[in-house]
Amino acid sequence: MKTRVSTAAAAAFGLACVASAGADETSIRLKDGPELASVNAYCSICHSTDYIEMNSRFLERAAWEAEVTKMIKIMGAPIPDSDVPRIVDYLIRNYGVE
Amino acid sequence: MTRRRSLLQAAAGGLLLAGANRFAPLAAAELPAGTIESERLETLPGKQPLLKRSFRPPNYESPLSYLSEAMTPNERFFVRWHLANIPVIDVASWRLAIDGDAAERPFDLTMERLREEFDPVELVAVCQCAGNRRGLTDPHVPGVEWGNGAVGNARWKGVRLKDILARAGLRREAVEVAFNGADGPVLEATPNFVKSLPISKALEENTLVAYEMNGAPLPHWNGFPARLIVPGWAGTYWVKQVVSIGALTQPLKNFWMTTAYRLPKGRYPSVDRFLSQESETTTPITEIDVTSVITNISEGSRFRVGTPILVKGIAWDPGFGISRVEVSVDEGGTWRAAQLGADLGRFSFRTWQFAFTARSKGAATVSSRAINARGMTQTETWIANPAGYHNNVIERIGIQIA
Repeated sequence: MKTRVSTAAAAAFGLACVASAGADETSIRLKDGPELASVNAYCSICHSTDYIEMNSRFLERAAWEAEVTKMIKIMGAPIPDSDVPRIVDYLIRNYGVE
Repeated sequence: MTRRRSLLQAAAGGLLLAGANRFAPLAAAELPAGTIESERLETLPGKQPLLKRSFRPPNYESPLSYLSEAMTPNERFFVRWHLANIPVIDVASWRLAIDGDAAERPFDLTMERLREEFDPVELVAVCQCAGNRRGLTDPHVPGVEWGNGAVGNARWKGVRLKDILARAGLRREAVEVAFNGADGPVLEATPNFVKSLPISKALEENTLVAYEMNGAPLPHWNGFPARLIVPGWAGTYWVKQVVSIGALTQPLKNFWMTTAYRLPKGRYPSVDRFLSQESETTTPITEIDVTSVITNISEGSRFRVGTPILVKGIAWDPGFGISRVEVSVDEGGTWRAAQLGADLGRFSFRTWQFAFTARSKGAATVSSRAINARGMTQTETWIANPAGYHNNVIERIGIQIA
């Protein structure tokens, strides 16, 4: 069973990749803050940031920390360790519950 | 939440009929505030407006009004993807590989051969995301915060998976069959979405590789040119844009099997188990729930006293068939049978309706519950689990009689 089909299959089967959904994610306006640039830079590599708005406000600190950890450890998000506390603080402050 | 709770309290204050088994007072089901704020109607190419939950990967649900009919049109069907790298597939160059260490004779299929060399089968079946109604759980849990609309019902046409596997020659050691779609992650490091079924489910006569939906090719958003159809089981197994089918002698190990789509063991009335994937403490989600939804009355609707009120909705179950739907307008005190619509098959939505006349003014609630042929029904409170699955809680829709 080939479990890593994406690149190989795209080449072999002549699949054309499209950039994203037809609707416009540039309309998303996350809450402002000194960490927003980092949040946008890292989170939006793989998904639109409406995931953050959608999951608010009901997650406590430990739950947002678990989400960020999952993105790094499981999904492979290239977020440097030094940026993690700032990103979590931003999520708690704007999209979480203390 | 406060608005509906106050209605419940008003109702409890004496308006309603006497009933011995009323619901315990509960906070009503509402989406998280941030979900409502980020929700909007968006129109993907080829679709009618759907409620956007996330732009990328695209996750869009059907507004409740789209679920008022037994069949869900393709352009109104919900959209759910895990990974954002979704190719547009040219069917002429699409290939389906059948391989794996439990396949004696691996082979490839073109769409033409898939259609011509295997007997076509049609069936009507509900496709429901495992996380449908996650946004309505209490407490809320993280994920795609779906309302009622991550579900649809379609007539699927395709071929039996067991016929495809028979041509490949299954070895006796086969335990699972794995499915990969052409979609993939943005980053190499992200686990690709590959799912498996137990061999028993893969060989069931209703498990299909489908190439048509409601008489038309599958829409791009719903898995063109071919997808798995696993009637009665959660949408996570209905792999879209399928490009490989692998017969395996060992259980599939990846994030989407061993970590995601899991439930605490022994807490749900699942009939079909997925034994090769069970751990000490968790089990993969398998079947969808017995559920009913009221599709024509929204929270806060106003009606006239003494005038008949029509309640309409749909019901479905994992495939034993809906036996009856009951409606209560007194907080669960008394239940009366609704009239069922046409039976389109045991895996289908079943429409229903119920008429009653309110005899006094004030607040009331409308609830429905479905019962299937095995006597399975809906719960009054959510059986909590970390990922927000199996929410088939009986609805309580507050209305005003004036």
